[in-house]
Amino acid sequence: MNNRKNTEVERMSLAEKAYLPEIARGLGLTLRRLFRPKMTRQYPEERWQPLGSYRGRPVLVKDSDGERCVACGLCARVCPALAIEVQAGETDKTKERYPAKFEINMLRCIYCGFCEEACPEEAIVMSPNYVFTTRSRNKAILDKEALLTPAEELKERLEFLKQFKNQ
Amino acid sequence: METTYYIYNLIANSTTELIAAVIVAIIPLLFILPYALVAIYGELKISAFMQDKLGPMRTGPYGLLQPIAEVFKLLQKEDITPDAADKPLFNIAPVLIFVGSYAAFAVIPFSSYFAPSGLNVGIFFAMAISSLAVIAIMMGGWSSGNKFALLGAFRSVAQIVSYEIPAAMAVLGIAAMANTLNINTIIESQSGWFWNWFLFGGQGGIEKIWVIPFTVVMCVIYFISSLAECNRTPFDLVEGESELVAGYATEYSGMKYAMFYLAEYANMFVAAALITILFLGGWSSPLGDILNGPIWQLAWFVIKTMSIVFLQIWVRWTLPRIRVDQLMFVCWKVFLPISFVCFLAMALARMVQ
Repeated sequence: MNNRKNTEVERMSLAEKAYLPEIARGLGLTLRRLFRPKMTRQYPEERWQPLGSYRGRPVLVKDSDGERCVACGLCARVCPALAIEVQAGETDKTKERYPAKFEINMLRCIYCGFCEEACPEEAIVMSPNYVFTTRSRNKAILDKEALLTPAEELKERLEFLKQFKNQ
Repeated sequence: METTYYIYNLIANSTTELIAAVIVAIIPLLFILPYALVAIYGELKISAFMQDKLGPMRTGPYGLLQPIAEVFKLLQKEDITPDAADKPLFNIAPVLIFVGSYAAFAVIPFSSYFAPSGLNVGIFFAMAISSLAVIAIMMGGWSSGNKFALLGAFRSVAQIVSYEIPAAMAVLGIAAMANTLNINTIIESQSGWFWNWFLFGGQGGIEKIWVIPFTVVMCVIYFISSLAECNRTPFDLVEGESELVAGYATEYSGMKYAMFYLAEYANMFVAAALITILFLGGWSSPLGDILNGPIWQLAWFVIKTMSIVFLQIWVRWTLPRIRVDQLMFVCWKVFLPISFVCFLAMALARMVQ
C-alpha cells in the first residue's frame, strides 16, 4: 500500500495542484516580455545587412578596367540547375577572352554558390542582395548589364572568399 | 444617492423626460464603441508585445487604425445565412447577445453623478441580464445548422451556467457585507482610502484583518469566474479553433460576426466593471477625499476597469486553454466549496461589525 501515487497529479504537492503559483509565474514571464525589445524588423524600411558569408543573388564582378570574367564556361558547366549560359568572344585586351553573352536565369538559380567556387578568376560571386522580384518571367533572366557589379559593393564577400575559399 | 440622475435631470429640465431617457440610454453606447476599438487595439498590441513582436504597424501610425480597418473589413464582407439555418433565430442571436451585455450597462455607474439607472437591485440585475448571453449563444449555435456550432453552444451553456454559481456567491458575499444590492450604496460603503475596498475587507479598523484573505480569495474566484462567463481564454474552449472551428460563431460572417465580437468586448467591460464595483471601490478615489470630484470619479472608474480589462488580456495571452473536465472540476469541486467558506467568513465579518 506504500506506492499508490501512480500519476503525475498524485505526486504533486498542494501548492502545485493549486496551480496559482505557477500561473503567477507565467503571468510574470509574459509581463517581463511586454517590456523587452522586440524581435520584429520593419522590413522594407529597415533591412538586414548580410555578412560576407551570405549567398545572395550571383553577380559578375566589375573592376576598374572592366569585367573579370574570361568566359571559360566552368560556372555554366558546374551549375546544377543549368541556370547559366555563357558565350565567349575575343578581345585585344590582355585577357584575350570576354563573355559576349552571359545570362543567369534567376527562376532556375538555387543559390548554391557552385559557380563562385568553380570560377578561377573570382569573377562570379554571390552578392549580399537577397531582394529579387520581377513582374514578368522574361525579366528574371538577367543579362550581362544587369549582372555586372562594381567590386567595391562586394568587398565583404570578396574578403570572405580570400579567407576561406579553397581551404 | 440623489446625484445619480444628475445628467438625466439636467436634460429633462431643459427638454422632455423622454428625450432625457433616450440620451441617458445612448451614452453607454457612445462609450462602448470607442472602448471596443481601444480594447481590440490593446489586445492586438499586448498579445504581440508579449510574444516579442510589434503587432500592427502599417495601418496608421503604430497601427492605430487597425481596429477601424477590421470593422470596415467585416462591414464589406458578404452576409451569409446558411441554407440549413433557422433564419429568424440565426439573425436575432447576434443582436440578442449584444443586447444582453449592453443592458448590463444600465446599472453601471461611471461616476457618482452619472449612472443610467440607480436601480435598488442593481447588482442582481447586472448578474441576471448578462445571463442573456447564454440564450443568445444557444440560439446562434442551435440555429446555425452546424455540428460544430451546436457543440460550441452546448459547451458554452454548460460553462456559463456553472460559473455563475461561484460568481453569484461572490456577489452575495459583497451584498452581505454592504447590506444592500444597490450598486451606488455598495460603492459608497467602500469610500475613503483604498484599504476600505471590499478587496481588503471593507470599512473597519485593524480588527478586520482576519477577513482579508477571504475577500481576496473571493475576488480571485470572481475574476476567474467572470473570465469563464466571458468565454475568454483559458476558458475559450467554447470557440476552441483547434477543436470546434469557431464554436457557435462558425456560420456567422460579416456584420453578424462583428456583433459577436463587439459583444465579447462589451462583456469583458461589464465583467471588469462589476469587479471594480464589488471589490475595488467603483468610482471612489483610492486616496480618500483627494481627487474625488465627479470627473475624477469617472477617470478612476475607467482606470480601474481598464486595468481589469488589461488583466483579462494578459491572462489570455499567458495561459493555454484548459480541458472540459478540468473546467468542470475547477468550478464544482474547487471554486464552489471555497466560495461557500469565503461567503460564510464575509457574512461573519458583517455580523461582528
